[in-house]
Amino acid sequence: MISFEKVTKNFGSITALSDISFEIEKGEFVFLTGASGAGKTTLLRLFLGEFLPSSGEIQVNGEKLSHIPEKKLFKWRRKLGVVFQDYKLFSDKTVYENVALPLHIRKTSSKDCDLKVKKVLEMVGLSERAGLFPSQLAGGELQRTSLARAVITGPDILLADEPTGNLDPKTAKEMMALFKEINKQGTTILMATHNCDIVDSFNGRVIELQKGKIIRDEKEAKYHKKEEKIEKNDD
Amino acid sequence: MMIKTVKEQIFRSPYQSLAAIFQVTLAFFIISIFAVIGYGSQKILYYFESRPQVNAYLKDEAKTQDIDSLKLKLEQTGKVSKIVYSSKEDALKIYREQNKDKPILLEMVTAKILPASLEVSTTSLGSLKEIAEMLKSSTIIEDVNYQEDIVTTLGYWIEALRKIGLVLGIFLFSVALLTILVILGVKISQKKEEIYIYKLLGATKWYIASPFYAEGIFYGIVSAIFSWSLTFGLILYLTPIISKFFNGIALFPIPTDLILQSLGGLLLLGTGVGFLGSFMAISRFLKSAR
Repeated sequence: MISFEKVTKNFGSITALSDISFEIEKGEFVFLTGASGAGKTTLLRLFLGEFLPSSGEIQVNGEKLSHIPEKKLFKWRRKLGVVFQDYKLFSDKTVYENVALPLHIRKTSSKDCDLKVKKVLEMVGLSERAGLFPSQLAGGELQRTSLARAVITGPDILLADEPTGNLDPKTAKEMMALFKEINKQGTTILMATHNCDIVDSFNGRVIELQKGKIIRDEKEAKYHKKEEKIEKNDD
Repeated sequence: MMIKTVKEQIFRSPYQSLAAIFQVTLAFFIISIFAVIGYGSQKILYYFESRPQVNAYLKDEAKTQDIDSLKLKLEQTGKVSKIVYSSKEDALKIYREQNKDKPILLEMVTAKILPASLEVSTTSLGSLKEIAEMLKSSTIIEDVNYQEDIVTTLGYWIEALRKIGLVLGIFLFSVALLTILVILGVKISQKKEEIYIYKLLGATKWYIASPFYAEGIFYGIVSAIFSWSLTFGLILYLTPIISKFFNGIALFPIPTDLILQSLGGLLLLGTGVGFLGSFMAISRFLKSAR
């Protein structure tokens, strides 16, 4: 479904991603791991069409992203949901308005919009917070609002960039339960994370990046390589 | 939704919004004042142009058939719009009317000593000299005088005024455009993060840009209404003074359709400046980010 074919991205003389190739099947849950600066965010931003690869190709269901003209990019982005570490919510809009925004952009009728927002807020457990502004919410609630906004349109693919980065372990666990639930419904999830506990508890696919290159791509994997873990236990 | 967004954008930074409105109002006000002065000076010029411009005093011995023949000759040039013959008696009547408060002057003058005359109006200022020369060369004409200087000078002034108005108008149009461009540019850069989120959520460029177009047009329209009100309010206030100064020239009342046309023109100008300014501001930003 999703394929990266020898993708390289340079920013001037700096190579952010080098010769990246992998495929993701529909409905997969994939963790992108690696230290800061490994290229996780660059990979997600390439996928969002924010910039084009310096070389190589990204394809989704046979459609080449580099062939999408800038004017039609919005159509591609409407197929995606995005969750950010810093939530990226509108501070002057309520939880309800923030979550409804993708539907307004798509000119969904008010009635449909209302039904969908109520349903998704119930799913993330924020029905009681619908009228509050972001400044009145806790970190976990902010991230759940961000997640609700990302999934309200029923995207095929959900991208998450360090979604638990600002959350305490308990809240992060709750968030991951929501991601798991969304993944069960058939949404492909590509999540960049540093959180080893989450990755380990999930036992999903891990693509590890280091200095812009894939150094590991394992299914049913843990955050650290097996040999690394053994080394740690020996210590 | 869009109206709400535009309202928020305007009231979130009220000083910037006010600065835009005041600056554009000032530019439009000066433009409309120049337009009104242009209209008024045109009326004044028309007044002078439509007055008898060449007065030719006939010799006492001039015969009716000679006068008719001269009139015909003048009409045949195609440059004459009106010829009025004043007999000696008509001249006396005019003299009496002009000097009715001075009985001594009236006693001394009879129709005999006043000349009959031809008052000739030309179709354009350019023909004035030619007609005057033609009259001077006639054997039945004693003397000729015409308001060449006043009309020519006025013509020069109006032409200069038009040129200054045009240059100033272009300059002020640019000022208004740049004001909206800069103020919206600042607002757009303040909303950079929001625009980025909108893009990632799949918003079209139109969805992102339309509140800014609406804001620019709003500034233009509000400024147009303010400057129109200021201009015609000022004219209304100054009407007695202007009327007294230009006594005899029918400058007032300004026709209602002209007042409405001015409003329409300013609204059009405001909409154009607002749209163009916002278009330039948002295009620069949207071009820089995918």
